[in-house]
Amino acid sequence: MKPRHKKLAVITVSVAALSIAAILVLNAFQSNLVFFFSPTQVMANEAPVGKSFRIGGLVEMGSIQREDDSIRVRFAVTDTSEVIPVVYTGILPDLFKEGKGVVAQGRLSANGIFEADEVLAKHDENNMPPEAAEALERAAEAQKAALTQ
Amino acid sequence: MIPEIGNFALILALLLAITQGTLPIIGAARGIPSWIALARPVVQGQFVFVLIAFSCLAYSFVTSDFSVLNVATNSNTELPLQYRIAATWGSHEGSLLLWVLMLAGWSIAVSVFSKQLPDEMVARVLGVLGLVSVGFLLFMLFTSNPFDRLLPAAMEGSDLNPLLQDPGMVIHPPMLYMGYVGFSVAFAFAIAALLSGKLDATWARWSRPWTTVAWAFLTIGIMLGSWWAYYELGWGGWWFWDPVENASFMPWIVGTALVHSLAVTEKRGSFKSWTVLLAICTFALCLLGTFLVRSGVLTSVHAFATDPERGIFILGFLVVVMVFSLLLFAWRAPKVGLGGKFDLLSRESLLLANNILLLVAAGSVMLGTLYPLIVDSLGLGKLSVGPPYFELVFVPLMTPAIFLMGVGPIARWKQTSLPTLVVRLRWAFGVSVITALIMPYFMGEWKPLVSFGLLLAFWVIASAFVNLKHRLSNSGQGSLFAKLGRQSRSYYGMHCAHIGVAVFIIGVTLVNGYETEQDVRMDVGSQVEVGGYSFQFNGVNDYVGPNYQGIRGDIAVLKDGEFLRNLHPEKRTYNASGMSMTEAAIDTGIFRDLYVALGEPLANDAWVVRAYHKPFVDWIWFGCLLMVIGGFLAVSDKRYRLKIRKKEEIVTKPEEKTVEPVDVAEAPASAAVSAPAMATETRKV
Repeated sequence: MKPRHKKLAVITVSVAALSIAAILVLNAFQSNLVFFFSPTQVMANEAPVGKSFRIGGLVEMGSIQREDDSIRVRFAVTDTSEVIPVVYTGILPDLFKEGKGVVAQGRLSANGIFEADEVLAKHDENNMPPEAAEALERAAEAQKAALTQ
Repeated sequence: MIPEIGNFALILALLLAITQGTLPIIGAARGIPSWIALARPVVQGQFVFVLIAFSCLAYSFVTSDFSVLNVATNSNTELPLQYRIAATWGSHEGSLLLWVLMLAGWSIAVSVFSKQLPDEMVARVLGVLGLVSVGFLLFMLFTSNPFDRLLPAAMEGSDLNPLLQDPGMVIHPPMLYMGYVGFSVAFAFAIAALLSGKLDATWARWSRPWTTVAWAFLTIGIMLGSWWAYYELGWGGWWFWDPVENASFMPWIVGTALVHSLAVTEKRGSFKSWTVLLAICTFALCLLGTFLVRSGVLTSVHAFATDPERGIFILGFLVVVMVFSLLLFAWRAPKVGLGGKFDLLSRESLLLANNILLLVAAGSVMLGTLYPLIVDSLGLGKLSVGPPYFELVFVPLMTPAIFLMGVGPIARWKQTSLPTLVVRLRWAFGVSVITALIMPYFMGEWKPLVSFGLLLAFWVIASAFVNLKHRLSNSGQGSLFAKLGRQSRSYYGMHCAHIGVAVFIIGVTLVNGYETEQDVRMDVGSQVEVGGYSFQFNGVNDYVGPNYQGIRGDIAVLKDGEFLRNLHPEKRTYNASGMSMTEAAIDTGIFRDLYVALGEPLANDAWVVRAYHKPFVDWIWFGCLLMVIGGFLAVSDKRYRLKIRKKEEIVTKPEEKTVEPVDVAEAPASAAVSAPAMATETRKV
């Protein structure tokens, strides 16, 4: 085989591999991007209906309620201006506490309750998940803007 | 006083590193023997001072000197001694010091085990390592000094993150860093070769064992991290496609490509520029990993630092390293010349295909890891990429790569014929297809994905045995054991690592296919059935640990009504930080793990309990261990040990001769030239 052919073959194989990868990646990418919304945005109907997304903020004080006969738990996530009720079935992470930062992933049901299938808290006591911190920051800014108007 | 000594030692180490990074390289370029000769003693000096600094920090931790900020934020008087020592590298600053210590250690190793290399080559390699060290020492001294004082001193430290108070976490960072830093040696060899302009098979032979050792350590590091996540995070997963995991996985994938590409460069003199580029990329990914993990842009247990200055420094360092290396590459690579020619179907081409697949896989992992960060930094909103993305992309890309793992070692260098390959591998293929079709029935249920995963694993194993059998039949006369003894360690190393991949695949496939996970509410005395085992909850009791208050659950495991054993999952609340932690209890077995963890207390002494049955999960880490053993076996090959005797020959051998393709037919084991890691007998000597 001539070197020219070899080069051509190598290039063909690479291009083929790359295009297959590109197709795979874009397909998978599209369906697996999870967007983040703050409670204020959810209340303003900015969040998608029927599609999985993330919300973040603080766990509202006094909002955690465990059901007695199942492992379902109810709590509320707030960015200090809006509150979203959340229901989750399963075990909450160790660092999940009232008044602490939290991020939940799930869908919004028709009656406005966020049905979470994943709840994340940070691995470290002192810090907050960046998404939760951002939600609080945005709400604080919005409140400040409302006050100055 | 002690911290000041440490700080001073660090500054001296920096000065020595600057010397190490400049004079020997200039000396090698200008031909000044005294400057070249400086490399080794300066390396030793730097090591001594970094070691002093590290010991000073360890001493401050052991004696709980809370006037040191780093100690005050990461330790506590109640912390048991072994974790106080481990806390030395448990923080951001300390882990950087560990990095620099490892780098100095690797540099010493290079200076000691490179007696057979030409002096100017050693000078260049050590010089580049010195420059890397300068970067990290500057970073440490300017943005994250581990010896910063806290005045007035704290009365009590705020404790090491409880998640890190675990034996797995004591050895995970050093192993991972051995890998990261080891790739900086591969990088240094590549840059040194570019600087000298002598990029030949000899260079590949020098660089190869170092790269393999680095790869093996990175494998151990990732394996330990995965194992730790499994038992410590309390929910039984072993890989989450978390950005921090990806940060260590990307250099591993590219490093794997590098290990294979080096084999071609050593044996055939081909792929030279490609190999150098991979060495640069691997090291750049190690730096990128450090940036991701240390800069605090990610939410994770590793992200101690949330100081943007630090992130910018590492990013700047990464950019400098990349720009410099790639410019050097662009300048020198065109002069490198092509190596041995090869056919469209040859071991070279198969390894090339494998390399491309690995790089594409690394690229897609990188996209999924960096895309959210880029979108966020552009202010376009926050988003994350779900783990299903990585699975969807990774599995199809790795499938052909694993298929090639069976074919590659059997194919000949330079040229191989398709019919021969088919004839030789048809039995392996048949056996693996049949086994893969039947096996899932024994697990209880036939599932297409399980069957497919097993097919890949059995294919790798069966083709390895076909390869071995063929090779033995071509190894001359003698008993089976004599023939087995005649094969080189690097040959066994390759198969060991490949079978490790197969074992890993078996573990992943079966645990994904047949695991049972139950999160249930359990009253005292109640039972739950998981994967054929019954778990009976017998309540909890309180106890006091060294630096925490614990609740210990008592769960009896029964199989077919017969008592097997008790499991004691725990819930701990650490005194100093008030953080609570779940300690899972695991009954480990060859064919399955039983995993229980306490969730939350409910009314009437009931608890939410996780009870999992995980078939074959330990095979995942056992497979990684086999890969590591394979790596070390390959490095212990006698051709690396004997090279001192052959020094003369290697040094005086003209380049063309080394690169010249060896006619495979000349070799005694002509048809069985097998491992990429293996020289034909004629070439080895």
